[in-house]
Amino acid sequence: MSAAAASLPVHVPVRTHRDYQASPATREASWVRWTLLALSLGFFALFLLLPLVAVFAEALRKGWGVYFAALVEPDAVASIKLTLLAAVIAVPLNLVFGIAAAWAIAKFEFRGKQFLITLIDLPFSVSPVIAGLIYVLVFGAQGWFGPWLQEHDVKILFAVPGIVLATIFVTFPFVARELIPLMEAQGREEEEAAIVLGASGWQAFWRVTLPNVKWGLLYGVILCNARAMGEFGAVSVVSGHIRGLTNTLPLHVEILYNEYNFAAAFAVASLLALLALVTLALKTYIESRQEYVA
Amino acid sequence: MSRRIHVLPGFGLSLGYTLVYLSLIVLLPLSAVFLKTATLTLQQFWDVISAPRVLASFKLSFGAALLAAAINAVFGLMLAWCIVRYEFFGKKLIDALVDLPFALPTAVAGIALTALYAPNGWIGSLLAPHDIKVAFTPLGVLVALIFIGLPFVVRTVQPILEDMETELEEAAASLGAQRWQTFRHVILPTLAPALLTGFALAFARAVGEYGSVIFIAGNMPMVSEIAPLMIITKLEQYDYTGATAIAVAMLLISFALLLAINLLQGWNKKGKR
Repeated sequence: MSAAAASLPVHVPVRTHRDYQASPATREASWVRWTLLALSLGFFALFLLLPLVAVFAEALRKGWGVYFAALVEPDAVASIKLTLLAAVIAVPLNLVFGIAAAWAIAKFEFRGKQFLITLIDLPFSVSPVIAGLIYVLVFGAQGWFGPWLQEHDVKILFAVPGIVLATIFVTFPFVARELIPLMEAQGREEEEAAIVLGASGWQAFWRVTLPNVKWGLLYGVILCNARAMGEFGAVSVVSGHIRGLTNTLPLHVEILYNEYNFAAAFAVASLLALLALVTLALKTYIESRQEYVA
Repeated sequence: MSRRIHVLPGFGLSLGYTLVYLSLIVLLPLSAVFLKTATLTLQQFWDVISAPRVLASFKLSFGAALLAAAINAVFGLMLAWCIVRYEFFGKKLIDALVDLPFALPTAVAGIALTALYAPNGWIGSLLAPHDIKVAFTPLGVLVALIFIGLPFVVRTVQPILEDMETELEEAAASLGAQRWQTFRHVILPTLAPALLTGFALAFARAVGEYGSVIFIAGNMPMVSEIAPLMIITKLEQYDYTGATAIAVAMLLISFALLLAINLLQGWNKKGKR
């Protein structure tokens, strides 16, 4: 649900600002225009731009030496590795799921389809803290599998598997919800033609479907990855915060911050902010490609 | 009943995989919350929910989320309007950066906002002489929720605004309407469903938000504790039942509110026909 607003726009604006400003019927008095611009840009600067600038300003407040020292420190490196590991597992799993779900939903008719789509969106409407809580209830000492896991000395909660599971949960819908509308819009005629001409199902998928949806797929993967690397609430509940072992990058930021080690906290945070900027740049590029294709 | 013959293969495999994966990752774990609550009596459930500290956190979470979503509805609409209708320096960059709250990890947003609004921060130091405190007060919670909710409104309103026919506005103007009248009676009703959807999405996200809030909130019991934090607090005391009861209450209230908004929207559409 949360990312509804983030889906790939498939339409192209028919008018530009010039068309609106050309006619007095669709134009405001200039004082209204300037007031609206000042208010909305002021709001934008205050709530979005300033926090972004603050991350980098605070990170470099004590100079580049302190900045790099915070990034190469062993606990920071361990947290970077764990974050990458969680993303490397979560993103491909949700990618395969997204493709399977989109194939079933977009290419076939069956009962309860809308309900299935709602269920797929479910992780977006659940608070991240609740997402973490459910894994505590399943794998925790008092949970369903807690006693069994303890007997067999398998650690899921407060260990890496728990972090990976929580990451998979919060990033679950990203790829599916990009692909489903895209593949529905494309219909199934092209694949059917390929099959009739003698292609196997896999050939039709690799040669016809995949090239058709590659940009939407990439879009979903990028958003999925950004969330996987940045997730805080859900991972925080299942992590146990063991330094060097179960800390992801965002959790490492929290620990440093709570120790009043602000320069280091913001230095590590700046890595995540850079990731966000790269994500936005790629996203904008894909959107422009999509509009060009359309 | 005639069966449609399908040329495409893979229905069983793809749907089967989808259902198994969905059940394992989402449905089974999520059902744990409700099964856990089912072990409570109604009285026990009520005792957890009606504890003063928990009630205060609900009031703050839902109150601040509503207010933040309302503020975002106003400014988000304005921002979407400016991006679609006006030309200004850096428009493309601003259009791209609107999605920053989707991409920036919440913990990073949290510490950045705290640094800005703390008494010695860039904004906090300007407000301090006027005796206005934002960081470590409920006002700080509001600021964080405004940050994370803004793109929901902009991104739901923007495409509708782009696709809107200008003919209606021209007709209104030629019939003698003032620009404000046109906006109030022609443009706003067209945008209302999208605006309401954006508001609902921003609200739903804000209610459950954790990472960006806990740093700036100060987390004082009865004053600036949010409901998700109460879940964490209960978990740290190994009170799994208490944590689950709060989680279920949060899920139910958000669900009811969103349902109400959906009904309102449906009713709104019907009234137009």
